[in-house]
Amino acid sequence: MTWMLAALALVVVLALPASRDALEGVMAAHMLVQIPLLALAGAMAACGVPLAWRTRIAAWNRRGVSGTALALLASSWWMVPRALDLALASPAMEVTKFATLPLLVGAPLALSWRPLGGVGQGFVLANVLPMWAVVGWLYAVAPVRLCNFYLADQQVAAGIGLLVASVTVGATTGFLAFRSIAPAR
Amino acid sequence: MRDLVLPWRRTAAATLALCLIVGALIAYGTDGFRAMTSEQARRNAVARAPRLVPAVALEDQDGRRFTLADYRGQLLAVNFVYTRCRALCTLSSAGFERLDREERGRAADGTRRLALVSISFDSSDTPERLREYATRRSADGRTWRFARIRDSGARAALLEAFGIVVIPMPPADFQHNAAVHLMDADGRLARVLDLDATALDVRRELESMTDAHRVATATDR
Repeated sequence: MTWMLAALALVVVLALPASRDALEGVMAAHMLVQIPLLALAGAMAACGVPLAWRTRIAAWNRRGVSGTALALLASSWWMVPRALDLALASPAMEVTKFATLPLLVGAPLALSWRPLGGVGQGFVLANVLPMWAVVGWLYAVAPVRLCNFYLADQQVAAGIGLLVASVTVGATTGFLAFRSIAPAR
Repeated sequence: MRDLVLPWRRTAAATLALCLIVGALIAYGTDGFRAMTSEQARRNAVARAPRLVPAVALEDQDGRRFTLADYRGQLLAVNFVYTRCRALCTLSSAGFERLDREERGRAADGTRRLALVSISFDSSDTPERLREYATRRSADGRTWRFARIRDSGARAALLEAFGIVVIPMPPADFQHNAAVHLMDADGRLARVLDLDATALDVRRELESMTDAHRVATATDR
């Protein structure tokens, strides 16, 4: 229950006009702060799912396969330049963003991550991180402006941010994975 | 084998259903994966369904009043610029300059059909500034006119109809999407082309437009 309330509080804070203006005014903050935080809210909510429900969901989500597929597919939409424009231009798409990132990305991923196991997690990261890097690189070097609502230099900053995020997450998880399998001295 | 497969039935069904649903939504959001950017979506939408644009009052570089509706029955290409622009509009105007030259060459043998209008979305662009800009672009001010929109409400309505998003960039610049907008003989926005479209590209589009028109009128009967 506490987790659910905390998740709800996070979504409410992100939905405040002041924080929306601040985060959505900058493309990098939109993509790399607001969107991940909304997914995080979903992950927090997943921690509050009662055990009985978890078991019921797990029958449909063996080894976290369906939840991971859902989260990967739903999150890929938010790397499409048009999606960012639509979220700014249409209130309906903005509401969709606030609903789908917690429910279709964060929560399913949190419910699936442990069942995936080490190999599954590695497989997911090996797919997702290069995708971030490629999208980031495309944003950074695109000769045209991809979003009507963001300036060209913002697009470059967001692209570099995505690249940095990809490398950072990759290096961190790689280090942690190595440490966990390395023999203790 | 049964023991291996059976427990996965629900997960397989859930995975398939979720991927189909989310995939269909993404396909819808990207025009069937054909529009990853708003600009491409705008072009697809215009090509699919030509749209009427409001006949807002324009004033050209010589102070003459007119509207885009005056061009009905003619073929017209429109672009959006502001005279102080040093980036995209420069490219867009260079494209129009070439189109104008190519069309002028055609005029000699009497086949000129395409008129050009450059509309400024900058409220500080005066007829004087537009005239100076036209001279710099060696435009004659008749077949290629430069116009401003005096009323700010009308300006917003016209930009909205064309799908042009203008973001002010202090102190005196703007970021905006730029393209060649082709109007058909009914005065509708019918095609949006890259800003470096050549006369050949325009001809090709005009032909596909008249073909589409012929099909439409044939089915009407």
